Amino acid sequence: MSTATMTPEARTIPAGRGHAFVGTGTMIRFMLRRDRIRIPVWILGLTAYTTGALSSYEQNYPEASDRETIADMADLPAMVAMVGNNYAPDEPYTHGLMFGHVTFLIVGVIFALMGVLLFIRHTRAEEEAGRAELIRSSVLGRHAQTTAALIVVCGTALVAGLLVSMSVGASGVDGVTMGGAYLYGMGLGLIGVVFATVAAVTAQITEYARGASGMALAVLGAAYAVRSVGDVGENFLSWLSPLHWARETRPFSDDQRAWPLLLLVVLAAVLIVVAGRLSDKRDVGAGLRPPRLGSATASPLLSSPLGLAVRLQRSSVIAWAVGLAVFGAFYGALISAADEMFDQISALEDMWAFEGASFADRWIVSFIGMLGVLAAVPAILAVQRLRSEETAGRAEPVLATAVSQTRWAASHLTVALAGSAGVIVIGGFGFGIAAAIDGRDIGYLGDSVAAAAVFIPAIWVAVGLAVALYGLVPRALGLAWIIPVYGFLVVYLGDLFGVDQSAHNLSPFGHVPELPAEDLEIAPLLIMAVIAAVLILAGLAGFRRRDLHST
Amino acid sequence: MTTAIDVTGVVKTFGQTRALNGLNLHVEQGEIHGFLGPNGAGKSTTIRILLGLLKADSGEASLLGGDPWRDAVHLHRRLAYVPGDVDLWPNLTGGEAIDLLGRLRGGLDPDRRRRLIERFDLDPTKKGRTYSKGNRQKVAIVAALASNVELLIMDEPTAGLDPLMETVFQDFIAEAKAEGTTVLLSSHILAQVEKLCDTISIIRQGEVVQSGSLEEMRHLTRTTVQAEISEAAGALESMDGVHDFRQEDGRVTFAVDGSHLDGAVRQLSQLGVRSLVAHPPTLEELMLRHYGDELGNGESAHVDPHGATGPGAN
Ligand SMILES: Nc1ncnc2c1ncn2[C@@H]1O[C@H](COP(=O)(O)OP(=O)(O)OP(=O)(O)O)[C@@H](O)[C@H]1O
Ligand SMILES: [Mg+2]
Repeated sequence: MSTATMTPEARTIPAGRGHAFVGTGTMIRFMLRRDRIRIPVWILGLTAYTTGALSSYEQNYPEASDRETIADMADLPAMVAMVGNNYAPDEPYTHGLMFGHVTFLIVGVIFALMGVLLFIRHTRAEEEAGRAELIRSSVLGRHAQTTAALIVVCGTALVAGLLVSMSVGASGVDGVTMGGAYLYGMGLGLIGVVFATVAAVTAQITEYARGASGMALAVLGAAYAVRSVGDVGENFLSWLSPLHWARETRPFSDDQRAWPLLLLVVLAAVLIVVAGRLSDKRDVGAGLRPPRLGSATASPLLSSPLGLAVRLQRSSVIAWAVGLAVFGAFYGALISAADEMFDQISALEDMWAFEGASFADRWIVSFIGMLGVLAAVPAILAVQRLRSEETAGRAEPVLATAVSQTRWAASHLTVALAGSAGVIVIGGFGFGIAAAIDGRDIGYLGDSVAAAAVFIPAIWVAVGLAVALYGLVPRALGLAWIIPVYGFLVVYLGDLFGVDQSAHNLSPFGHVPELPAEDLEIAPLLIMAVIAAVLILAGLAGFRRRDLHST
Repeated sequence: MTTAIDVTGVVKTFGQTRALNGLNLHVEQGEIHGFLGPNGAGKSTTIRILLGLLKADSGEASLLGGDPWRDAVHLHRRLAYVPGDVDLWPNLTGGEAIDLLGRLRGGLDPDRRRRLIERFDLDPTKKGRTYSKGNRQKVAIVAALASNVELLIMDEPTAGLDPLMETVFQDFIAEAKAEGTTVLLSSHILAQVEKLCDTISIIRQGEVVQSGSLEEMRHLTRTTVQAEISEAAGALESMDGVHDFRQEDGRVTFAVDGSHLDGAVRQLSQLGVRSLVAHPPTLEELMLRHYGDELGNGESAHVDPHGATGPGAN
């Protein structure tokens, strides 16, 4: 602000250790003010979701025998891959143990997500928008923004963890101990902390916020997948994942312990140091790689709005497709290990007859279902590109040429529709190839791809909702995330968290035929496609009618 | 001559803000029209309406004989636009952006493209986000000028260009004019407007307060007179049409309305004039009159205590 009023002494302060952190306090206050709604929503939402799950267990499974049934079900390999193994198999399956066993990982993933998204929002996204430059030019140390963001985000994660601990601890549900509640909650909080620091590292590598959060989420995906492999195969691989460390406190079991949390603290500290080193190496707004020169003229592909949309979005779509294919391959490759595990507990076979479907079929349904929900994420991101192009003022010059609003929007929409379809099919392909190789049965490949393809209409409903919001109420575009979030928490995981089956009907993902375990039903697919089309048309019509928003 | 831009009584509101309040704007074909006014006056809003990016609440607007909202695509083949604040695609080079925008408009002239890039000293191989502000602006200017169009709409096109590039820009605009291109030029650089524009419109709080050729405007306004005289100024000070009268040891300075110039000079000639300087108002003086009035009774009356929101945002 006021270099003019600075005294000469102030200008020649030696560059000491603390100098790089000047202004951290101001930045913290600024970030808290900016997120005065977002942060409380995350904290309260996480607390409500976990305590809600605990009380629904108490209501739905009052008898020990009910819970033993669940314990048996949770031994199914698909469940082990999804939520982790039962870390106290010989103890009575109390509500507390069940809660710790089934919910910890999933809630942990949400904490990690929060850590990544909040951190990038306050750092790399600000730099990309050029606002960080303005802030950094005032009296603010080089590390102040990163430090402040770490304090705010880690603080948020820990407060959320603490609130979960206290409300779970105070629930008085059987098997829940205060000590266990603290291990559970602080484990979650530390997962949030670790992934905020992962984001602190990825934020130094690339100059784009999207890329930075993408990389951090890829680390999260890998951490989740690698422990699935370890848990199903009962080997050391789980220990490669920080998600597993936090769970190794074994909350609500007889031998619960706190030391694994130390591993998380150490990892976070190491990542902070790495991030600090990397950030010393780069300029504000830049990535680690120096920018390269490109072509002086545009290729013929770049001659239409569709060409532009493809060019802008292709790397993101390709990254998602590769990401889902690799993620899927982890689970595909477990198909025989899981089958073996299943055989060992053959008592289950009678109990879980799967209505005629084979075990492998159920495995495919479970994990292609996860991929299907995940594929809605790039679909919505692709529609959000319309909005970011518009508000950044990059749509304006294009729309001032002979390109109509509708054609411009339709080109990004084409990328969203084709891209998301491609992502889920390629994800299914990755799963299927791995399953076919692992299970020595090429039939798995076709089954997996078909199971993935039937998700396309449901994903397109998410695209449709996003486009409708974009055209009609652009400020509310974020609401489109309700589809994957609801799909994941209620449809995909709902059974684990005691959500009623009827809640599935509200989501497009609740209507996807569960191939290959069920027969292919065309009607729901057609209905969803029609809904998607109607939403898209409404959105395009709304967009044509409204003003273009620019900064 | 036919009319290239014809706007009558256009109103545009954003929530509580009345950005355009019955705006009239007329630009003849082949002329370069300066569009001036203080920050937040509504220049960019007018331009966005002309481009069909915003929909006017009421009023008539026609552009090259068509309706800017309904016939947008058709009209856009015949015009090129330079935004005031250029944000390029981070992963496209400047050259790619120029080609893309040109092709979307229906093609560009490769010779002219090459010449523009050369004269503007632009490196087309850099990625969008690595350009400096002035160079980003150049990309948009080259993209617009490289096409053969009938109408150029430019919103502060040279904000951020260095003086050398400013003259290059003026050369190209002169060239475009010679080819019969119509130009609507919104600008805060008065020297540029004075040099390039045939006619100007001054907009304030969403209304055009003055419009016409610079000559006409000068005539309507006051001439500044400075003289050294040997006698007491006497009656001069109290004459009709004389303003801002000042006198210090033998020098008088005053402004006089165009319609009273004759009388004032007659009076002055009787006072023993030893030296005399009279000049018509510069554009700057013309403008400051409008800008100044606004400060007097406009926004400063409702100063926003937070100072964070833009003019008229509350
Ligand atoms: N999208 C919008 N939403 C709300 N208000 C807006 C919007 N766009 C413009 N305004 C308001 O309309 C008025 C006119 O703005 P405009 O951008 O047209 O001014 P301008 O003459 O171009 O100013 P400058 O010289 O600063 O570029 C301002 O008060 C501005 O705050
Ligand atoms: Mg403007």
